Amino acid sequence: MAKNDLISNNIWEEYSQKVQDLMNNPQNMGEITDEEAKAKGLKLVVADFGAESCGDAVRLYWAVDESTNIIKDAKFKSFGCGTAIASSDTMADLCKGKTVDAAVKITNIDVEFAMRDNPETPAVPPQKMHCSVMAYDVIKAAAASYKGVDAESFEDEIIVCECARVSLGTIKEVIKINDLHTIEEITNYTKAGAFCKSCIKPGGHEEREWYLVDILKDTRAEMEKEKMTTLADAKIAGSESELSFDDFTMVQKLKAIETAIDKDIRPMLVMDGGNLEIIDIKDTDEGNTDIYIRYLGACSGCASSSTGTLFAIESVLREECSPKIRVLPI
Amino acid sequence: MRVYLDNNATTMVDPKVFEVMEPFFVKSYGNPNSLHEFGSESHPALKRAMDQLYTGLNAKDADDVVVTSCATESINWVIKGIYFDHILNGEKDHIITSEVEHPAVIATCKFLETLGVKVTYLPVNEKGVVEINTLKDFITDKTALVSIMWANNETGMLFPIKEMAKISHENGALFHTDGVQAVGKIPVDVQDVDIDFMSFSAHKFHGPKGVGGLYIKDSQPLTSLLHGGEHMGGRRSGTLNVPGIVGMGMAMEIAIENLDFEKNTVRRLRDKLEDEILKIDGMLVVGDRDERTPNTILVSVKGIEGEAMLWDLNKHGIAASTGSACASEDLESNPVMEAIGAEADLAHTALRLSLSRFTTEEEIDYAVLVLRKAVIRLRSISSTFAYKPDWHESKL
Repeated sequence: MAKNDLISNNIWEEYSQKVQDLMNNPQNMGEITDEEAKAKGLKLVVADFGAESCGDAVRLYWAVDESTNIIKDAKFKSFGCGTAIASSDTMADLCKGKTVDAAVKITNIDVEFAMRDNPETPAVPPQKMHCSVMAYDVIKAAAASYKGVDAESFEDEIIVCECARVSLGTIKEVIKINDLHTIEEITNYTKAGAFCKSCIKPGGHEEREWYLVDILKDTRAEMEKEKMTTLADAKIAGSESELSFDDFTMVQKLKAIETAIDKDIRPMLVMDGGNLEIIDIKDTDEGNTDIYIRYLGACSGCASSSTGTLFAIESVLREECSPKIRVLPI
Repeated sequence: MRVYLDNNATTMVDPKVFEVMEPFFVKSYGNPNSLHEFGSESHPALKRAMDQLYTGLNAKDADDVVVTSCATESINWVIKGIYFDHILNGEKDHIITSEVEHPAVIATCKFLETLGVKVTYLPVNEKGVVEINTLKDFITDKTALVSIMWANNETGMLFPIKEMAKISHENGALFHTDGVQAVGKIPVDVQDVDIDFMSFSAHKFHGPKGVGGLYIKDSQPLTSLLHGGEHMGGRRSGTLNVPGIVGMGMAMEIAIENLDFEKNTVRRLRDKLEDEILKIDGMLVVGDRDERTPNTILVSVKGIEGEAMLWDLNKHGIAASTGSACASEDLESNPVMEAIGAEADLAHTALRLSLSRFTTEEEIDYAVLVLRKAVIRLRSISSTFAYKPDWHESKL
């Protein structure tokens, strides 16, 4: 915990000057009427998102040139806190002069960035990032209305964390590649869950379709299943298997080694009141697999542990798994 | 102009209170437990302060009014003490409180739940008050403690604690009330309401921060929260906060003297502010005026999110408060608002204005002006409440 976290923080002190100025004097606040749009030969688009009961609601007005699909004017109205008002205002500003297709690509992250006083300092405190998401959603609603399509069609992937815009695919991939076990790790790798925290687990500020806790659990289960399948396949295929020990993932190698130790080595050690544990497994640059072990019980300190016993362990593993294995007691 | 309308959060120290505290910082700074003049010269002021506290609450000499560091400490002491004395030994297993209590009560009860204690959080009616029958429905002979606030911090609504204490006793349970928002605003007579424990805090009635108290009927046993030296008769250890105690005593005496002033003058200004607020369309005040502490208004301002409202008020020097989710660190709205605010949308549109005996008529007039301007500006931005210049201009 940082020193300043021990005393109360005023969220307003973390608002950028731009956010404060826009809250005091929104530049694009107001309405565009059908008459106004028609007088300029433009098409009026009005879109709503959110509701008062949710704490945020925004209405976006566009006047679009139908020959070029360019948004000639944009205005907003908003029920929400200072950040919501400033974000809506910035969002309306960013829409102006863009084509409808280009506007759909504006995200809440662009909106937040545009409100920064300098590129390094966030415009709003983390929990307020959520308030800018509304600005992004209403653009999609406006574009959908203009094009006569469903707003969902603009989203080509499932977004789990709206604040940081992290997709389901990214989160699953990161869990698998980095072998992640905790929500904190996911947040550190992807920023998902770092802001309003609604996507972490049910019961937060907002109800979500996907929660990190479930994704982590399901992905871990998937990984376990994949591993089992691979191992099972390898076993069934036996010596004809295309997947040899050297092609295994680290986890599979560990499993194969543990299996060999349990079957042929551990019983032998336990009989003499000893045991061993695997500390680490490393593939070396020379193509060897080094297994670091620690002797337990009677084995630790036994003279044979660095000679005869060690030789026996190494032989078993070389036979069962791979001739490239080296066993290193530490 | 700066106008402070957040007196349910904390209050200004009365200059007369500050005056009696001052000698005990630089001049008479001795430890009252020491055997020398530096220590003993604080005794007359401490004795006077204890007299002021006992008189102010109408406690008997056989009762204890133990000085603590704040109401949060007092509340923790009662709830955890009851756990040690009546639940840990298997005699009882249940605590009753309400869902609109201060976090000091809720969080302490949640903690005890992790230790296996059964806790019932009584629901409230549309005014945010626990009804007597609700307590009757949930109390059993295994209930060790019933803890219900005397007045709610957000709404100012008064709870029927005298009846609730009676029901608790009939069922063999002890009764504690969080009296933080009641003391100094309405008459508080611990003998009349016949409660076992009451927590209170000096800074809510123009005393200093960092000092509060726990009333304990008949000096009954309650395992200490703070163990240590023989301070406060061994009930609450820690070197006596001499200026704090002296200040709290004086603050109590002055508050009691001013109860009629609260009932009449503060109430009149509060009602004036409320009348002006209700002249604006789309405003909903929670609870009848007679059922509230005389200084509090909780109003739902249709179409305006609470934090945005505070922003505009603050810009013009007005200090108020909101239970709105958007104004909190975790985006969670105040449970009181959730409990009572379905219709009024209090979770997002609540504005709390709380006066004190130092609030002036001029300040209220100014606050009304600023509030009107804020409503007009923010509703002109709002997408959920149509801005109608005609009624805004004509009515304001």
